[in-house]
Amino acid sequence: MWFERIPVVWWIVGLALLLLPLVANNFWLFQVMGWSFILGMIGLSLMFLAGYGGMVSLLQMSIAGMAGYMVAILGQSGTATVSLGLAWWIVLPTALLIAALFATIAGALSVRTEGIYTIMITLAIAAAFFYFTRQNYTIFNGYSGFNLVLPPKLFGVNWRDPIPFYYLSLGCATLSYGAVVYIARSPFGLALQGVRDNPRRMAALGFNVTAHRVAAHALASVFASVGGILLVWQNAQIAPGTIGISAAIDVLVVAVVGGMRRPLGPFIGALIYVVLQVFSPDILGFFGFAADRFKLIIGLGFLAVVLFSPDGVLGIWDHWRAREARRKAEAPGGWA
Amino acid sequence: MDDFIRRHPFWSLVAILAVAALLWLVLAPWPPELVALWGRKQIFLNALLGGITLGALYFLVAAGFTLIFGLMRVVNLAHGSLFLIGGYLGYEIATASGSWLLAFPIVFVIVAVIGLLMQRFIFSKMEGEELRQTLVSIGLSIVFADLMLWWWGGQSYSILAPQFLQGPMELPIINNVNATTGAVTWLRYPAVRVWILVAAIITGLAMWLVLNRTQLGMLIRAGVDDREMLAASGVRIQLVFLAVFGFGAGLAGVAGIIGGTFQSLSPGEDTRFLLASLVVVIVGGMGSIAGAALGALIIGVTEQMGFVYAPTYSVVFTFLIMAAVLAFRPQGLLGTGR
Repeated sequence: MWFERIPVVWWIVGLALLLLPLVANNFWLFQVMGWSFILGMIGLSLMFLAGYGGMVSLLQMSIAGMAGYMVAILGQSGTATVSLGLAWWIVLPTALLIAALFATIAGALSVRTEGIYTIMITLAIAAAFFYFTRQNYTIFNGYSGFNLVLPPKLFGVNWRDPIPFYYLSLGCATLSYGAVVYIARSPFGLALQGVRDNPRRMAALGFNVTAHRVAAHALASVFASVGGILLVWQNAQIAPGTIGISAAIDVLVVAVVGGMRRPLGPFIGALIYVVLQVFSPDILGFFGFAADRFKLIIGLGFLAVVLFSPDGVLGIWDHWRAREARRKAEAPGGWA
Repeated sequence: MDDFIRRHPFWSLVAILAVAALLWLVLAPWPPELVALWGRKQIFLNALLGGITLGALYFLVAAGFTLIFGLMRVVNLAHGSLFLIGGYLGYEIATASGSWLLAFPIVFVIVAVIGLLMQRFIFSKMEGEELRQTLVSIGLSIVFADLMLWWWGGQSYSILAPQFLQGPMELPIINNVNATTGAVTWLRYPAVRVWILVAAIITGLAMWLVLNRTQLGMLIRAGVDDREMLAASGVRIQLVFLAVFGFGAGLAGVAGIIGGTFQSLSPGEDTRFLLASLVVVIVGGMGSIAGAALGALIIGVTEQMGFVYAPTYSVVFTFLIMAAVLAFRPQGLLGTGR
C-alpha cells in the first residue's frame, strides 16, 4: 500500500499535530499555529513556482489578498454598502476563480521575461495592486478595507473558534502540501521541472514552455488563495496593509528561510517567522534591545540564511544529515 | 533618426503630430472651448511640469539602478534604501552646516562608500548567482529600513531649499491672455524644481559623455556587452564594477537630498522610489541610460497627469503602461533584446 512507504517520522509528526489541541492553549492554536499554516500555504505557492518552475514571484501575497478581498466583497462584511452578501457556496469558488484569473493574467505578463526580471515585474505588479486597493473605494473600500468578515457557520461550528480553526487550517495545509507533492511527480510537474532546468531543450522536445509556466502560476494561485481566505477569516478583516510590499517580501523570506527545494520548507519557515514575530518582544528584551526591532532580526536572519545556506533551514538539516552519514560510514565497524 | 523615419513612416507621423499638439498645448493660449473641456491651462501646465520634474528625480534614482544592472546583472533592490539614506544624511548635514550645497558632495561620497562596501564584500562574492544577489539585496533593504526607522523614527523630514532657490520664477510660457486688456501673464513655477530639472539634464548629459567619450565609458560599454570577454582581455573588471556601483549608489544618495527637498523623507519612501525605478527601467529598457531617461519622463508625467485628472486611478495608468510595454516590447522601449 502507498501509505506503508511513508516514513515513521511523518506518522509521528502527523499524530502530534492532530493531538496538539490537547496540550496547547488557544493562543498557540489560533495565533501561532493557525498563522503558520496560512503563511506556509502562501509560501508553498511561491515554493511551487520557484522550486519547480524556477520563477521567483513576489505576487503570491497579492493573489492571496485578491481571494481574501473577493470573499469580503462577494460575501458578508461590516461594509454592507460594498459587500454583496452572497451564499458561501457561491462566494468561495468565485473567489478562487477570480484569484486564479488574476494570477494567470499577471503570470502571463511575467513569464514574458526570465530569471531576475520576474522578481522585478512581479514586485511592480504587487505594488500596483496594493496602491490600487488603497485608492479604490467603489470595489476595494480604500484605506479601511473590510472588517467583520466571518467564516460561514457550517455544520453548526464556529470556525473562528481556536480548535476548529486549527483543524481547518491544518487540513487545508495538509491538502495543499499533498497536492504539491503529487503534482511535482505528475507528468505536468516533471515537465515543469524540465522547463526550469532547460527551457530550450523542452521547447525542442515539443513542450509549450510558456503554457507550462502560465499554468504553474494558475495552479500555485489555488494554494495562495486558500491561504488568503483563511487569513481573512482569522483576522476577520482585510485591508491594503495586508497585501503591502513588506507582506509580499515576508512571503519570500518565509520560503527562502525554510528552503525552496521541498514543499515542507515554507511551513518550517513560516513557523520560525511567526514564532519570532509573536515572541520578538520577549526575545529582543532578553538581549536588551527595544521591542520593536523585529524587522531587524528578520532581515539579519534572512541575510544570514541567504549568505550561508541558500537552501534554507532544510538545507542545513540535509547538510548535517549528510555529514552524520559520512561519519557513520567512516567510523570503525562501518562498511567502509 | 532618418533611418527610423524611413522604416516607420506611420509611427513617425504620429510622433510628429503628437509633439506638435503638445507644443501647441504648452505654448499657445487656450481657447475658451478647450478650457471648458479640460480645465484651466495652468492646471495642465503645472501637471506637465510637475511630471517632468518628478521624471527628472526618477531618472536620477533609476540611472544608477539601470547602470548597475546593465553592467553587473545585479538587481539591487536595496537601491531605494540608498536613496533614503542619502536623503536622511543630507538632512542632517544641511541642518548641521546650514549649507544645502555642501550636503551634495558629502552625501555622494558616503553613500558611494556604502555601495562600494556592498559590492566589494557581498555582491562580488556571489558573482553569477543573480537570484542570490537579488535576495541578499532584499535582505539588506529590510535591515537598512529598520536601522533608519530606529535612528530617524517614523516622522517625515523635509530639507529646506537654500535662499536663492526659494520662491517662484517666471518661465517664458504663456499662462493666460486677458481677453479684455490683452495683457499676457507668464507661468510662474517654483525655482527649485526648475533647477532640479536642469541638474538632472546636466547629469544625464555628463553620464552620456562619460559613457561614450572616455576610456572608462568604453570599458563600461564593453562590460555591458560582454563581461567575460572584457575580463579575458586583461581589464581589471572588478575595479570597473566598483566604480560603477559606487557611482550608481552615490547618485541615488544625491537623489535622496533632492527628493527630500522637493517632497519629504519618511519610512516607506525607500520602497516607493525602488518601485519607481523598477517601473522606469522596465518601461525604458534595462541597462540603458537613454531608456531610463525616457521611462522616467513617461512615468513621471503619467503619474502627475493621472494625479490631477483622475486621482483614483493614477496608479493604474502607470501600471497599464508597464503592462503594455511588457506585452508588446518585453525588453523595454529602448532596451536591446538579449
